[in-house]
Amino acid sequence: MDWIDVLLVVARVVAVFALLMGVCTLLVWFERKVVADMQNRVGPDRAGPWGILQTVADGVKLFFKEQVTPRKVELGLYLAAPMLAAVPAFLMFMVVPFGRPFTITLGGEERLVPLQGADLNVGLLYVLAMSSVAVYAVVLAGWSSGSKYPLLGGVRATAQAISYEAAMGLSLVPVVLFTGSMRISEIVAAQSSTLTFLGWNIGFPAWNVVVLAPSFLIFTISAVAETNRAPFDLVEAEQEIVGGFHTEYSGLRFALFFLAEYINMFTMSALAVTLFFGGWSGPAWDGVLPAAVSALLPTVWFFVKVLVFLFIFVWLRATLPRLRYDQLMTLGWKRLIPSSLVWLFFIGGALAVRRFGLPWS
Amino acid sequence: MVELIIFVLMGAVALGGAVAVVKARNPVYGAMGLMAALFALAVFYVVHLAHFVAAVQVIVYAGAVITLFLFVIMFVGVDRAERLTEKLAVQRPAALAVLAGVLALAGVLVITGQFDWVITVGEGAEVRGTVEEIGANLISVEEGGVQRASRWLLPFEATSLLLIVAAVGAVSLAFYRPRRKEEPDDETAGADRPGRPS
Repeated sequence: MDWIDVLLVVARVVAVFALLMGVCTLLVWFERKVVADMQNRVGPDRAGPWGILQTVADGVKLFFKEQVTPRKVELGLYLAAPMLAAVPAFLMFMVVPFGRPFTITLGGEERLVPLQGADLNVGLLYVLAMSSVAVYAVVLAGWSSGSKYPLLGGVRATAQAISYEAAMGLSLVPVVLFTGSMRISEIVAAQSSTLTFLGWNIGFPAWNVVVLAPSFLIFTISAVAETNRAPFDLVEAEQEIVGGFHTEYSGLRFALFFLAEYINMFTMSALAVTLFFGGWSGPAWDGVLPAAVSALLPTVWFFVKVLVFLFIFVWLRATLPRLRYDQLMTLGWKRLIPSSLVWLFFIGGALAVRRFGLPWS
Repeated sequence: MVELIIFVLMGAVALGGAVAVVKARNPVYGAMGLMAALFALAVFYVVHLAHFVAAVQVIVYAGAVITLFLFVIMFVGVDRAERLTEKLAVQRPAALAVLAGVLALAGVLVITGQFDWVITVGEGAEVRGTVEEIGANLISVEEGGVQRASRWLLPFEATSLLLIVAAVGAVSLAFYRPRRKEEPDDETAGADRPGRPS
């Protein structure tokens, strides 16, 4: 581990940060355009070609706006909450691999550079830990604002996060059981081959979703709920509680919440792709195409798959009405958690039979 | 060297958080202090390469326990300064006596140079290990973790006994009421807060 390795680690982290910022900018524009299309509107079309620079303009505007601080806030937590929202959002993406590792010769030595912030051996648990930390931002923002509507939003957010975190964690256990690893690069590697059905290669990629479809369904629903997006956006329901937890925030502080929401949406899509749809794995045609193109293709596959999920996120928002509070709780506790437990029981039994044989044989 | 710097920094955070839990006027800040202390512990686990325990620590404590604390604080609205009068008169002298006993025990151990402990009995001979070994073996989940955990059963069970004692103590303290009622119960204290269902 010499200084070049240290620099490479720093470069990877900075690259992930820059990637997330860029993705967030494009994602806001993408959402506004798609929603506008679905509602027969034009959407942003003034700043840059097809309005693609609209988010940049909005960001600059928010940067220069006054940051109003109401008199009744608990100042310390009020200022800390936006940062608590943004930091876990960036950290969570650190363990998601977004391309094939490549080797590079630096300082007379071949070095393997994984396209991933950090490859932790408890990657999946790390994701859950970061998503549970992200709840604090909303809770503390709601409480410290010293105002009714943010408090209501904060209370709703806590209840929602507690309910759906359990379902999300339970939906990820079958993935760990099935692939036998919590290291995300190994989960991707386990899905890179093709499926064999009845001793016969059918040429379909061995994505986890084929076997673990119920897990995927539960994960997707709870991921939408975890990111507080429609139809689970009771936390910031405009018609009922103004803006929910961020009612009293303005300027750059509000921008941080906004940024965190879109990064979380991207990270959840990336996780769904990585855990259930093979991540970056896909045909790279090594030796047929030039080496640089082959190295880049997995990243392209990754982003294409993620884009499909982002579209689904936006689609849900544009078409589904918001759940009522009791419906939210019913869905979480009476549907998702029991069904994920049943599915976990089933997949655990099936894997045990596959490994140890039937108990009576 | 890096380890020492992290230890000093995170130790300060953990102690500061622990003091804030006891001393903070506002329960929300107390909960935040507890979270800081637990995060510092998680960093210690990472330094000792026990990534699994660190991740579980954050998920269980930061993710579930303190979120529930905050939920209760926000919903029931106990965010006024607690009454600082002691309900249990013997509490303070008893705590001081226990502290003195622990310090005396530590002093005796340091003077006599007794740093290893019997960790398991049976199989003919007793096995001894230092505090560091016990700690490293208890939190590590790398290969053979389960076998080692079963070998180090005695300290493991001692830890769980400690947790049970703490839980029972917390429950009995919470339910303890002095005979004479001078002030209204805690349950009615936050009735005027927003967010409380009426």
